[in-house]
Amino acid sequence: MNIHAVRAIYSFEMARTWRTLFQSIVSPVVTTSLYFIVFGGAIGSQINEIDGITYGAYIVPGLIMLMVLTQSTSNASFGIYFPKFSGTIYEVLSAPVSHYEVVMGYVGAAATKSVMLGLIILATAGFFAPLEVAHPVWMLLFLVLTAFTFSLIGFIIGLWADTFEKLQFVPLLIITPLVFLGGTFYSIDMLPPTWQTVSLLNPVLYLVSGFRWSFYGVGDVSVAVSLMMILVFLVIAMATVAWIFRTGYRLRA
Amino acid sequence: MDRNHLAAFQAGPPQTGESGARAQAPGSTEPPAVSIQGVSKTYDTGFQALRSINLTIHRGEIFALLGPNGAGKTTLISIVCGIAMLAEGQVLVNGHDIRRDWRKTRAQVGLVPQELSTDSFETVWRTVSFSRGLFGKPANPAHIEKVLRDLSLWDKRNHQIQTLSGGMKRRVLIAKALAHEPEVLFLDEPTAGVDVELRRDMWTLVRSLREKGVTVILTTHYIEEAEEMADRIGVINGGEIVLVEGKEALMRKLGRKQLTLHLHTPMDRVPETLARHALELSEDGEALVYTLAQDGETADVTALLQDLADAGIRFRDLHTQQSTLEDIFVDLVRDRT
Ligand SMILES: Nc1ncnc2c1ncn2[C@@H]1O[C@H](COP(=O)(O)OP(=O)(O)OP(=O)(O)O)[C@@H](O)[C@H]1O
Ligand SMILES: [Mg+2]
Repeated sequence: MNIHAVRAIYSFEMARTWRTLFQSIVSPVVTTSLYFIVFGGAIGSQINEIDGITYGAYIVPGLIMLMVLTQSTSNASFGIYFPKFSGTIYEVLSAPVSHYEVVMGYVGAAATKSVMLGLIILATAGFFAPLEVAHPVWMLLFLVLTAFTFSLIGFIIGLWADTFEKLQFVPLLIITPLVFLGGTFYSIDMLPPTWQTVSLLNPVLYLVSGFRWSFYGVGDVSVAVSLMMILVFLVIAMATVAWIFRTGYRLRA
Repeated sequence: MDRNHLAAFQAGPPQTGESGARAQAPGSTEPPAVSIQGVSKTYDTGFQALRSINLTIHRGEIFALLGPNGAGKTTLISIVCGIAMLAEGQVLVNGHDIRRDWRKTRAQVGLVPQELSTDSFETVWRTVSFSRGLFGKPANPAHIEKVLRDLSLWDKRNHQIQTLSGGMKRRVLIAKALAHEPEVLFLDEPTAGVDVELRRDMWTLVRSLREKGVTVILTTHYIEEAEEMADRIGVINGGEIVLVEGKEALMRKLGRKQLTLHLHTPMDRVPETLARHALELSEDGEALVYTLAQDGETADVTALLQDLADAGIRFRDLHTQQSTLEDIFVDLVRDRT
């Protein structure tokens, strides 16, 4: 394995994070704080407890997921799209690096950033709502798996996109709606029965549910199902990346 | 480029007189630096950019690939470097197949691309160190420093690339390509948009690389560059290799020497008495053009001048002209299209 290359790509991408520290970390934190003030504070004070948890606390895992998912996809997609756009990708293509090493570097960096972001938001949330994490190890596991999976999905989007519009398209029109409709701000028990069934088709629901379980020991679906679903996503994303690289799709003319 | 360091470069073993003497001797058992066999390339658009290319680059030589815009130079280089897919044919680098042993071959190859694609926000030092890591080499700050000094980039090492001029960016790309100490270096139009001084520095750098045994393949539109530097020259046109020759042999074989005599009084045809000389009358009848034999036998010239005097032909001016590689190239490309 070309470990030097993985390290080079990883630190190059992390350097981008530090260079753009403000966009990378500060703005999601500010956005999250606004959510807490509006939903947790203003609106939440009018809402009953859900499963014995105050609404402000209930939405914390959902909000972290919302940020981790959107940031993972947008950050990872940009990370690989930009070299394609600027032409610097030639170097990676001509280097003795395998597809897996490229993925490890780019996706590893994007996931690292998302995990950091998730933890920062968690700390921020502590200012707004009483926090307890029932299963910290599981919480971290869900966070890391989700960050990695969605960074992979972002990477695929970045490979596929050949315009900036397309780069925005998937996160904005697919990921964000799925996240909002995935029980981020509510329990699906609050929905009418038909919509509950529809919600179960939303993959993001399983991520949010599992993550919330690691905080409060309750979720819309069982934690085993959540874990299985996220592993399924991971496998699908990895298989897609492998296919893209094998065929040279949109990378090699 | 830093003059002191150029001097250090040149302080290597003395150069043998014959250019290209260091290049691999034909029939040597070592595999050639690059061996391209039956390579064709059709892009997704359906356009066929390369047609069954066969080309061998010897170890340690400087090979210039010439050809008009769209001839397929960049495509060919991209295939060898792994940037474009090789679907048809075979390419070996130092005897290793670029598809089977891609890790080995890519680690041995360096590329300076035609386009100035750089990471605008990175510093020179970081981007060059990145390249070394990417090609699987452990960090070696001393080597990076030497490369940057040789390219006069040392002072700029902490500058963001976007703050550099175009010529400086070109040097950064060269530094990146040299960061992992490649054995085979591709330079795709290294001197496009580069001023005269930098171009000469670049030539010196390329020669010094050859001194160290690096094989250099460059493309250029400046014929003088090929003439000045290359051991061998290949011409590609319309996706086909139309010629590969040692530079000197090419000049000898195709280089024409012409003597033009501007006449005092125009004539309408070459006089009978001069028929044995290879004379041509210009269209306006004002000049006689004499093409010398390739080996430059001068005995004929004496006879010609004698016969001219005997025929009473007077001329007011004369000049000689030797065709440059550029003329040869233009002829070649025109003939084929
Ligand atoms: N990605 C691509 N898809 C389709 N056609 C391409 C692609 N890249 C190059 N071509 C076509 O292939 C032909 C050869 O292009 P190439 O870039 O190899 O030429 P070149 O000899 O390097 O020219 P130049 O001197 O202008 O750099 C051109 O006609 C070009 O339009
Ligand atoms: Mg080109």
